Amino acid sequence: MTSSNWQFDTEKSLVESHGLKLDEFEKIVEGLGREPNLTELGIFSAMWNEHCSYKSSKYWLKKLPTSGKRVIQGPGENAGIIDIDDGDVAVFKMESHNHPSFLEPYQGAATGVGGILRDVFTMGARPVANMNALRFGDPNHPKTKHLVSGVVGGIGGYGNCIGIPTVGGEVNFHPSYNGNILVNAMTVGIAKKDKIFYSAAAGIGNPVVYVGSKTGRDGIHGATMASAEFDDDSEEKKPTVQVGDPFTEKLLLEACLELMKEDAIIAIQDMGAAGLTSSSIEMASKGNVGIDINLSKVPMRAANMTAYELMLSESQERMLMVIQPKKEELARSIFKKWDLEFEIIGEVTDTKKLILHMDGEEQASIPINILVEDAPEYQRDYIVNDPSPLISFESKDFEDKDILSDLLKMISHPNLCSRKWIWEQYDHMVMADTVVRPGSDAAVVRVHGTNKGIAISTDCSPTYCRHNPYEGGKHAVVETWRNIVASGAEPIAITDCMNFGNPEKPEIMGQFVECIRGMGDACSKLNYPVISGNVSLYNETNGEGIYPTPAIGGVGLIRDLSNTMTIDLKNEGNVLCLIGESNNHIGNSHYLSIIQNREDGGTPSINLDDELKNGKFILDCVAKKLLKSVHDVGEGGVLVAIAEMCISGMQGIKIDITKDFLHGFFFGEDQARYLVEVSQNKLEQLEVDASKSAVKIERIGEIGGTSISINSIGEIELSNLIDHHTKWFNEF
Amino acid sequence: MKTHVIVFPGSNCDRDVAVAIQNIIGSSPEMVWHKDSTIKQSDLIVVPGGFSYGDYLRCGAMASTSPIMKSVIENANKGVPVMGICNGFQILIESGLLQGALIRNSSLSFICRDIIIKPTNTKTIFTNKSKISKMPIAHNEGNYFANSNQIKEIEDNDQIAFQYCDENGDINAHSNPNGSINNIAGVFNKSKNVLGMMPHPERAAESIHGCDDGRNIFESLLS
Repeated sequence: MTSSNWQFDTEKSLVESHGLKLDEFEKIVEGLGREPNLTELGIFSAMWNEHCSYKSSKYWLKKLPTSGKRVIQGPGENAGIIDIDDGDVAVFKMESHNHPSFLEPYQGAATGVGGILRDVFTMGARPVANMNALRFGDPNHPKTKHLVSGVVGGIGGYGNCIGIPTVGGEVNFHPSYNGNILVNAMTVGIAKKDKIFYSAAAGIGNPVVYVGSKTGRDGIHGATMASAEFDDDSEEKKPTVQVGDPFTEKLLLEACLELMKEDAIIAIQDMGAAGLTSSSIEMASKGNVGIDINLSKVPMRAANMTAYELMLSESQERMLMVIQPKKEELARSIFKKWDLEFEIIGEVTDTKKLILHMDGEEQASIPINILVEDAPEYQRDYIVNDPSPLISFESKDFEDKDILSDLLKMISHPNLCSRKWIWEQYDHMVMADTVVRPGSDAAVVRVHGTNKGIAISTDCSPTYCRHNPYEGGKHAVVETWRNIVASGAEPIAITDCMNFGNPEKPEIMGQFVECIRGMGDACSKLNYPVISGNVSLYNETNGEGIYPTPAIGGVGLIRDLSNTMTIDLKNEGNVLCLIGESNNHIGNSHYLSIIQNREDGGTPSINLDDELKNGKFILDCVAKKLLKSVHDVGEGGVLVAIAEMCISGMQGIKIDITKDFLHGFFFGEDQARYLVEVSQNKLEQLEVDASKSAVKIERIGEIGGTSISINSIGEIELSNLIDHHTKWFNEF
Repeated sequence: MKTHVIVFPGSNCDRDVAVAIQNIIGSSPEMVWHKDSTIKQSDLIVVPGGFSYGDYLRCGAMASTSPIMKSVIENANKGVPVMGICNGFQILIESGLLQGALIRNSSLSFICRDIIIKPTNTKTIFTNKSKISKMPIAHNEGNYFANSNQIKEIEDNDQIAFQYCDENGDINAHSNPNGSINNIAGVFNKSKNVLGMMPHPERAAESIHGCDDGRNIFESLLS
């Protein structure tokens, strides 16, 4: 439809200001058989925006592997669920809160945490760990410092108060995020397999109950805002950012879990993006029923709120439930005990429509299927560009004697330096089950009251994705898998947070398609399915998109916590060995970007057979108690990984190796590699086992002393390393 | 030993301390909802950490007026051991059971990490087995302050329970995480049956925590 033949009474500008395309409006009119009123238009806007409808991504997301023998619930519910034995399940998901966090970093990040926590406890799980994946712009960009402080403050402010430990995460800086930061928050919860709650409404006539905070005018159109690009006037969108109250969420968490012990809840759904609209429609759609709501009954924070405002508010800390009619009084008493709102606002019907009344008048009547099944779905055009070419680097262009000074520069760079300044602002020990604290490869939390643990890692390398989206997509998955292996856990499944630019641009859509293809191949090969996730598109400002950033959150299981591995070197006299092939891949490495200020040379390719083989070898060695510490070789390469192990364990090392191309060996970012610490008396067995498994193993050096020394090069004191490693954030 | 843990809206270390009590003292505590009005007979009352009432108004201020606090104060005045950890310490100060104030950390940010404390007075029911101990802190307002008269009074009366120190037990500016006056990490009331401390012994209570120095406080209560 073009603007010239606009034939409707509804103003075209009103349609556009609701983020709807003109042909989408036509579709609404067709479906309803009439033009929508303002409230209905708002509801369609909330349901059909990119954030809620996945209209550009759905087709491609279906290509990801989502099943496995431990998968109990894949994508499509509030969060995914995996079996962790003994009748226990882990419930987890990662979600973006990018747009709001850029506008108002503290509240944006805080409500991101609040939202993902609700997704998890809605399903009956007690949240036990928070993680995050953060991307900021150039460290020297004038906004960066303010954004980092605000986001870290917001994540800590919410998680600390509600009392769920924030056990780890990742943070990186790159100019492509100057105008669009990324805040991806992940929560893991634990539940009993026979006590999982879903969102499908059922039982005609059953009461629909509103619990939690009152509804105010905050966050109206939040999801629509999050589905559009930014421009110079984006500051004006600040009122669409919600305000979080972690104290109320703590009460809501305890009240919900208390009620869940009773046989009272038929369906439950949190009010997140698009608030009452998406929660009620989701419940009705999943249950294939209708829902009638009397909006006059909704607890309101402000006077004279309209149906439109009530349906689109994104006030936080609210839930919608369908309960057993006989349990109404019991449920009410629990919420009263926790000083929370509890109001019956409607009932389940057989009309398969969402019907809203207010002050005795009908405000909306929309068939659910038009909103959900008939929602627009696009197979957008895409172009796959050739990956950036591989460059072969040669020894003659590097000075061996610079290796230690290069190391110091690298570990003091914002992208590789210690993140202690950040995680010391997060309570990472509340609940007293944190086994491996932030700063190792994966965080490990004990399943309360047992001797098993959950290992969690978040990761992504956007530079790899930018230069080769297929290998980059593989890498993001594999990096978390490797981190989980390095902690001694069996990797089980992932959640993903797909952060990209404007999908209406074919190159951006091409990045999305290729990242998905890479992720899918890695997940299939590693038997590591995607069980939940979120897509955040339109991360652009003034037409400039972010690097493709498919952030991955991986979860694994440690059956016996005595097999937990950490990166800190343990004992003098032990030997450090490198597992896996090294081929001097300097392209797109941290070395190149930090030391030579170059971003080229190509993304390292990932051999999934090697990943599987080497990872399995590590886990076998852990089971045989051969290893004292393990660290995956990731960003920065072998020498940065060695430095991290030394700093964590306060141990030095004497590196004794001979190589033709030392820079290539020490700073190359070849994949499928691990550093392992082994005692002298187990060294031979380790080498024999490696040879039997056709796994490459090399001795790197002997642990001891107070410095990292490299034969033929020189040495550097640990205290000097630590000063450089902690300097940047300490002076932040 | 009959023990009680008070639960306020926003408490979040109530379970952690209950687990530590169960493991170390050997019997599980009774969890007491803040709207209850009496604790009849108790050998130990713990006011746990967390964010009671979201730390709104002022940390511990609103919880100190909860119905149960009247009974906690009565029990304390009768000599029943009462222990406040972190937010519990803040609540005990707000309720008047302990002297001083807990203000914003000097860094102006939340701090979660291991610190080392030294018992200043080891002749009390809480510290008779105490030694130099490592355990975590996790707070935003743990900067202990009292005016010079109050400091003199609590010093003269041996009311300082713990001070932040280094590995060697030296009490110095470097080992002070939050700006507390005289590195004070915990204080007693005059009769030493009420203890308030910012560090979390319940998070250093088993080997899986990486350190179990926190046990000695609960073990002291047993002897």
